[in-house]
Amino acid sequence: MANPMVRTLLTRGVPLLLLYAVVLAGLNLGLIDDYLMATIATLCINIVLAVSLNLITGFTGQFSLGHAGFMAIGAYTTGLITIAVPTVPGFIAGLLAGGLLAALVGFLIGLPTLRLRGDYLAIATLGLAEIIRILLNNVEFTNGAAGLAGIPQMMDWNWFFILTVGSVLLIRNFLRSSHGRNAIAVREDEIAAESIGVDATRAKVLSFTVGAFFGGLAGGMYASYFYFIKPDTFGFLKSIDILVIVVLGGLGSLSGSVIAAVLLAAISTVLQQFTAVRMILYALLLVIIMVFRPQGLMGSREVSLRIVGRLFTRKPTEPDEPEATR
Amino acid sequence: MKRTAILLAAGALGLSVLAGCSAKPVTNAPDAGAAGDTVKIGLNYELSGPVASYGQASVAGIKLAAEEINAAGGINGKQIELVSYDTKSDTAEATTLATKLMAQDKVVTVIGPATSGGMKAQIQVAEKNQVPVVSGSSTADDLTVTNGKLNEYVFRTCFNDSFQGTSAANYSSEKLGATTAVIIKDNSNDYSKGLATSFDAQFKANGGSIVAEEAYATGERNFNSILTKIKGQSFDVIYLPGYYEEAGPAIKQARELGITAPILGGDGYDSPKLAEAAGAGLTDVYFTNHYSSEDHDPKVVEFIAAFKKANGADPNAFNALGYDTLKFVADAVSRAAEPTGSAVKDAMADTKDFVGVTGTFSMDPSTHNPVKSIVFIGYKDGVIAVTEKA
Repeated sequence: MANPMVRTLLTRGVPLLLLYAVVLAGLNLGLIDDYLMATIATLCINIVLAVSLNLITGFTGQFSLGHAGFMAIGAYTTGLITIAVPTVPGFIAGLLAGGLLAALVGFLIGLPTLRLRGDYLAIATLGLAEIIRILLNNVEFTNGAAGLAGIPQMMDWNWFFILTVGSVLLIRNFLRSSHGRNAIAVREDEIAAESIGVDATRAKVLSFTVGAFFGGLAGGMYASYFYFIKPDTFGFLKSIDILVIVVLGGLGSLSGSVIAAVLLAAISTVLQQFTAVRMILYALLLVIIMVFRPQGLMGSREVSLRIVGRLFTRKPTEPDEPEATR
Repeated sequence: MKRTAILLAAGALGLSVLAGCSAKPVTNAPDAGAAGDTVKIGLNYELSGPVASYGQASVAGIKLAAEEINAAGGINGKQIELVSYDTKSDTAEATTLATKLMAQDKVVTVIGPATSGGMKAQIQVAEKNQVPVVSGSSTADDLTVTNGKLNEYVFRTCFNDSFQGTSAANYSSEKLGATTAVIIKDNSNDYSKGLATSFDAQFKANGGSIVAEEAYATGERNFNSILTKIKGQSFDVIYLPGYYEEAGPAIKQARELGITAPILGGDGYDSPKLAEAAGAGLTDVYFTNHYSSEDHDPKVVEFIAAFKKANGADPNAFNALGYDTLKFVADAVSRAAEPTGSAVKDAMADTKDFVGVTGTFSMDPSTHNPVKSIVFIGYKDGVIAVTEKA
């Protein structure tokens, strides 16, 4: 065995860097035009949204219907801050502030509702997202229902790469920490988890707050790339869209969320040519996938970058169990 | 093994994204391949989602206009080729698809979306790619001029919100002889708030006074508390800007309470559902609109007949505005020095005395708003009794 650090870097880092370099080269050579970049941007935002919701719903077992609400908080915070300070530090501050504000709201709503067992959180988050949307519609400084226009576009491929990969890695590491294991124990059996000393409420609130933070971050990415936001963008249907990605990929599988986000983006793009029947075909495909794979594409298994990495290192096969639930 | 299969499937789908992007979109021109022989115009409308009815209606009008132009020999001998996408009523999708139309399909102009939000999501794309975007129905004031700066590549062929409020105020003072007014606006709707603000300013400038200002929220069906409150006061007109869903019941309840003062509104009233909801109470009700199907101008009569033949229904304002917008674009393309976005933009800004079914207009080069007439439609006993151009 070589130095494990070096091995990790090789197996995980090389495929990621390769991906980064390929897209960067494509952009510089003009092979990736503005439209393809916009598709990649949507994809990256959806990955962060899905992975963060999967932390709440898939790994901690708490059904949340309000992820678009956190996205809205992040988007408006980032938007307003970057309009006021249109520089890179302003943008970073906006992203962080958006994530933190979303996390704070998540914490405040999670604390009372997550003490309860059952589906209270689903209803509370549904209400929360609606309240946020209606508030944004009515307050003056967000420009109300007309929406916030002219947000400086700071996001580019570098930022998308850093933020998306960073978010997925941070959530993955969170899940592998003792906090993440507590959350998974609570999902499996709350009473059993409490009987061995896991503070169930604490574990749930912590995952929910972390998930809300990344939901807010994804909102900030959205606002900065698409430079125009309005409250209607973050309606109930947006929350459902995110949930569809999570369920399709598999509750409790981070790589499943990533794969499902890619898959849905691909389906949506290909179907773009059939304007009239597009939404019917899209829905039909979802139904077919769920009929044949009710547990989602990945169930709770993970594919690791190790599979790709092995091509470079040629190590003997390691047991490839579901990492997070091990 | 299963995992490998999934990976392969994901990879294959990933590739198909790339393939899908380069694939030619479906177009309705006979010779889509020969790019040099056609004029490509992009349509980026809401064909599904909450405001699909606006988008679909606009596209129906646009298609009719394109067929007419193509049948008459096209623009300077070149056939129009429409490339149409669906924004799903989503602003990010509008941005993405506008990018696609400009970067991949190389259209000379993008028409749509119908709503101001969708249009605003395209401003930066248009300026970056130097391809003009035109809407036939986005009325938000700050669309073409944002914070005092003209958006060079953004145009519209309809009047803006403040023009409607101003016109309604002038109509109240001059035609209805009103000196006092009550404003009832939808506080959760930007369009309604915008109209109310400009009415307020112009009515006061005309020497009138606003005796009360009340507000409701979208979805409200019971206006009795607001109406009872104003019933005791004396006023000449009520200005009630908003959409027919709320205006219908509000008018009905006002008349039931015995409030007989004229009620004025904006183009949000333009739906047969207004008469259904308000019933016989729809008397002494006036609204500003882009066009009237009662117009006897030969050009309008001809358009109505052609539209009926193609679609089997009377055209509404969105159909008419879509029709005019395509004709406006075609006119600009035919006058442009070369078939590029920036040349077409200059020709658009230079439009003078363009004759459309929604009126004759010239483009104001400093605001990119058309200088055009407005139509007042007045109801008596539930039917249209007055149609006046102002």
